[in-house]
Amino acid sequence: MDPIYGRIASNKRRTFFLFFLYALLFGGIGYLIGIYIGEPIAGIILAGVIFVILFLISYFSGQGVVTRMAGAREVSKKDEPYLYNTVEALSIAAGKPTPKVYVIETDVPNAFAAGRNPEHAVIAVTRGLLDRLDRQELEGVIAHEMAHINNYDVLLATVAIVLAGTIIFVSVMARRMMLFGGMRRGRQGGGKGQLIMIVILLVLAVLAPIFAQLLKFAISRQREYLADATAADFTGYPEGLASALEKITNQQVKDSPIDNQAIEGLYIVNPSLGARSSNRSSALFSSHPPADERVKRLRAM
Amino acid sequence: MDTNYLLLAIIIFVIAFIIYTYNRLVSLRNMADTAYSNIDTLLQKRFDLVPNLVNTVKGYMQHEQEVLETVTRARTDWLNASTIQENAGADDTAEKAIKSIFAVSENYPELKANQNFLMLQEELAGIENKIAYARQRYNRTVMVLNMVIQRFPSNLLARLFNFKTREYFAVESERAREVPEVNMQDR
Repeated sequence: MDPIYGRIASNKRRTFFLFFLYALLFGGIGYLIGIYIGEPIAGIILAGVIFVILFLISYFSGQGVVTRMAGAREVSKKDEPYLYNTVEALSIAAGKPTPKVYVIETDVPNAFAAGRNPEHAVIAVTRGLLDRLDRQELEGVIAHEMAHINNYDVLLATVAIVLAGTIIFVSVMARRMMLFGGMRRGRQGGGKGQLIMIVILLVLAVLAPIFAQLLKFAISRQREYLADATAADFTGYPEGLASALEKITNQQVKDSPIDNQAIEGLYIVNPSLGARSSNRSSALFSSHPPADERVKRLRAM
Repeated sequence: MDTNYLLLAIIIFVIAFIIYTYNRLVSLRNMADTAYSNIDTLLQKRFDLVPNLVNTVKGYMQHEQEVLETVTRARTDWLNASTIQENAGADDTAEKAIKSIFAVSENYPELKANQNFLMLQEELAGIENKIAYARQRYNRTVMVLNMVIQRFPSNLLARLFNFKTREYFAVESERAREVPEVNMQDR
């Protein structure tokens, strides 16, 4: 059990480091925009305020944002007794409160967890997952999600998604704003302003994709292996999860309703798998370890 | 002077150890209590459904009276149980009986068409599952608690503060007791 506690502590440290990084970048963007306006300090202060607000929003309602992005709908025990019972059973196994249960109405089989701590967490599964898996396989998948909640992976993932999403959004907005402003200035023939603008543009253009990458690393492959191992520990039956992974990995469909780049790292198997052929080189840059490797490790337990 | 500091350091260390161990014992004991009451709540839910199940099934299964009597008896045993062993015994009997009721129900197509029966079946299957996990949770907590109580030097404190080892709930299957090996290395 101890290695898992160690991992939880390291997850928390990494979470704070990431938040610090985000704060720096927010400040940086604010400073650049501030220079453009002519008030660098005001830019930083504005960015700081926006950061704090966003952080609080994503901390307290990040799970709502994520479930809305995924198009998930909360279900009660009466709607989905089979699913609900399974989630309740695994939360007993983990010794944690029962998370809220959501269903995504799509035939593509997948699942994710979100939230800030075990007391405020959600588990969402797709209709396609419920239709395809038997009880033991579903238990394996839910146990994997409970493991993410238990290991505090969900806090980092959820907050990171909201912050990174905002930065990408802001950079796009700023780029547009500057193109518009640039044309106006252009008529006045300002040399220095033009130069700074180009620098800002470059910085923002570089930032957005970096954040997309950070997102993927935040939900690292290590965590997936650890969650698989914890899930096997909860159910005492690694084969359930192994067979579930085999079943659902090849069923991902390109441009499905859940194929959303912002949150693909949350899912138990990468929903964008349908988009690429499964060549080995892409595995290095993927948010998830290759499914056959995960299955192999589960079977070896 | 130097020896005084050394003495002070030792005393601080011992006090810190006592506080840590005492708190650990208390939280483990509370965890075991919670886990046990979880099992109890679930057993209550299951045995509340038993009369309902027997009544639904009775009309269809004339040849399986024995199983129905067994599960009803398990319920009575459970209501009268006072020790962990008695509880676990009634739980075990009921679990097996309920499983065999569902197994033989396959031979009764009319029963499989009964909406009430299907609902009970899902409800009970869910509860059986949860009971299994609650047992596992309790037994694992008890394993850690007992370990702390029996190991040196925490056993001295356990004796001093009167912490008692607990009994496991029934005999769990070997599989559930084994902790899978966690491989932390990413390749």
